[in-house]
Amino acid sequence: MDLLYDTLFNGLAIGSVLVLAALGLAVVFGLMGVINMAHGELMMLGAYTTYVVQNIFKAVLPEALFPIYILVALPLAFLVSGLVGLLLEKTVIRRLYGRPLETLLATWGVSLILQQFVRSVSSAFAIGLVVAVVAGILVPRFTPKAWWQQRWTPLLGTGSWIVTGLVGVVIASVLGEQRVFDQPWFSARNIDVTAPVWLRGSIDVGVVNMPAARLFIIALTVVALLLVNWFLQKSVWGMRIRAVTQNRTMSDCLGIPTEKVDALTFLIGSGLAGVAGVAVTLLGSVGPNLGGNYIVDCFMVVVLGGVGKLAGTVLAALGIGILSYVVGSGSLLLVWPAMPEGLNTVITFFATTSMAKVLVFALIVVFLQIRPAGLFPQKGRMVEA
Amino acid sequence: MADLLSSRNLRRWLPWVLIVLAALVLPVILPPFRLNLLGRFLSLGIVALGVDLIWGYTGMLSLGQGIFFALGGYALAMYLQLNELKPGELPEFFSLYGVKSLPAFWQPFNSPLFTLIAIWVIPALVAGVLGYLVFRNRIKGVYFSILTQAALLVFFNFFNGQQKLINGTNGLKTSTARIFGELIGSDAMQRNLFWLTVVITVAAYLLCRWLTHGRFGDALIAIRDDEPRLRFTGYNPTAYKTVVFAVAGALAGISGALYTVQSGIVSPQYMAVPFSIEMVIWVAVGGRGTLIGALLGAVLINYAKSLVSEALPETWLFIQGGLFLLVVLALPDGLVGWWRQGGPGRLIAMVGWPPRTATYPALDLDPQVGAEQDQLERRGGGQG
Repeated sequence: MDLLYDTLFNGLAIGSVLVLAALGLAVVFGLMGVINMAHGELMMLGAYTTYVVQNIFKAVLPEALFPIYILVALPLAFLVSGLVGLLLEKTVIRRLYGRPLETLLATWGVSLILQQFVRSVSSAFAIGLVVAVVAGILVPRFTPKAWWQQRWTPLLGTGSWIVTGLVGVVIASVLGEQRVFDQPWFSARNIDVTAPVWLRGSIDVGVVNMPAARLFIIALTVVALLLVNWFLQKSVWGMRIRAVTQNRTMSDCLGIPTEKVDALTFLIGSGLAGVAGVAVTLLGSVGPNLGGNYIVDCFMVVVLGGVGKLAGTVLAALGIGILSYVVGSGSLLLVWPAMPEGLNTVITFFATTSMAKVLVFALIVVFLQIRPAGLFPQKGRMVEA
Repeated sequence: MADLLSSRNLRRWLPWVLIVLAALVLPVILPPFRLNLLGRFLSLGIVALGVDLIWGYTGMLSLGQGIFFALGGYALAMYLQLNELKPGELPEFFSLYGVKSLPAFWQPFNSPLFTLIAIWVIPALVAGVLGYLVFRNRIKGVYFSILTQAALLVFFNFFNGQQKLINGTNGLKTSTARIFGELIGSDAMQRNLFWLTVVITVAAYLLCRWLTHGRFGDALIAIRDDEPRLRFTGYNPTAYKTVVFAVAGALAGISGALYTVQSGIVSPQYMAVPFSIEMVIWVAVGGRGTLIGALLGAVLINYAKSLVSEALPETWLFIQGGLFLLVVLALPDGLVGWWRQGGPGRLIAMVGWPPRTATYPALDLDPQVGAEQDQLERRGGGQG
């Protein structure tokens, strides 16, 4: 029996990470109808922020402060991922409004760039990049105004970005000759985050032995859920977000600044991905490919949960998380050894992490035959719904 | 004779002459390695044709074409593994996992005829069933995309995990197999495979052309542009979508089989998530909704990829990511679309050579007019 509780508890912890990760994705999808393929990479940025904060605490601050680094990392990860998400919204997604498939492709491009960025960023690279961007922004300021109202202005714009980009590349490669600047910050290898002491032990509650780190993740998820729910239901901006989710055109007519609502929602959704990234570091080592491991599961949560209610996301994420853990870990057989022979073979066949995903996906497709729009569909009378 | 050289006839047969010439000349002038690469890229062009059918014409973005691509590859590779084995012998890798008898689903692949049919029928069936289950419930748009991606991941996991059935992660090697007594990896065999690829690519192109020019093609475009309206007119979009998805699956299977014998191996990596999204970007860069664009995009991008990866491997992901952004933000109709809509002319006009306009040439050059035109087009596009 203990084993059953243990399995359920671990499944719950895995499901909680999925809740955190999918929450932002679901809110953004409900509002803008846009799937952000770079969501996983925003999680990765959150994880790397935790790593950086941990190293700063180790190197600079007194040792007594080390245990609380994770509490500092949480808001910082939210901020880093949120701001990157905001930038993504302002530069790319906004231009593709009403074209969800194109947005999907564009955000995939962004995710590739972010992955490779984390792999190859070094001081030389960062300096070159900053120089190129700053120079690119400054070019229009320091050239005659008349140049920017000609018929060849688009060419000039493109050309100036190409030139400043090349300048950046040259600077980066010249600096790269020096050992000091050439050292990659993270490289392609996985990084490990040391959990503070108070997250390393485990707590025995009667029959269940609960690792503190997983308990922390569950608590974090609950707090995040309560905060998001409070924000959406009680704050003015939350009300606006709900209004735009229900009917964008009507909200626009009634004076709700839909563009600001989009930007804010995207910031919050991306920030939540960052928080999920912090949680992931507590489960094991992380690398530049972190996003890919979670993103498809997150999509499944959105598909299964529907976009009508937060509860859909939570139920779907916990369901997928617990089911794939329980089946994948193979503990079903240990809990219930007297299983009939036929079922026995089936369960053994699916008792690996990857095969459990096969089973879960098959179940989701079956479920969609009954409820095509997920657990909690958006209510409405649209033909297209 | 003069009639034969008139511009209309010229346009009709000149491309064919060029294709035949290229197919004859390239094997002579290209070194075997480059010829093999070209053959591979051409076979990738076939899967791109399928992507173009379902995305460019029908508006369904599938991120799971890798499933059908790999299924075709596996079907052929299984036959080649069994080919020229003595009776009672098993392919070598089975002994590593202690498998004593051939799994039942391998048995039919002893037959070359079955294999030739299976290469395209199995992917088409899988695509048809999967598509029917999804389209029946009117699941579309982004939902369809992420469901296909999840299906891809599921197939990847399955093939990756089953060592005892299909050699798992290691995949099936074909380069050391023999057919007609000749090693598949040999230069002569690869040259024949190149010709085979050219012929099949042309056939696939003609098939897609036939499908898209006519009532069927019109229905596909109608589904892309306004599906409810088509439904209210009395058509059944589900049937059209299922059929076209199955056709795209079949094309992907053929493409996968050709690619497998030319690259020498089929492995679950063909079902990796990024590879299937790359297929979409080939079509996007070449020009979706144009068949020639899909072929062009597949060959160009893959050629660029192999060049860049040889020289600066680290930068390829940056370039690829940039391509995704560029093609979506700046070139929504791809290279071919840009060309057909007078892109080069506009570019030349920007630097000062005005295009020839019958009336009011100044209008085309006025930036104010251009800006307003853009605005109008964008507004129209947003609603459509």
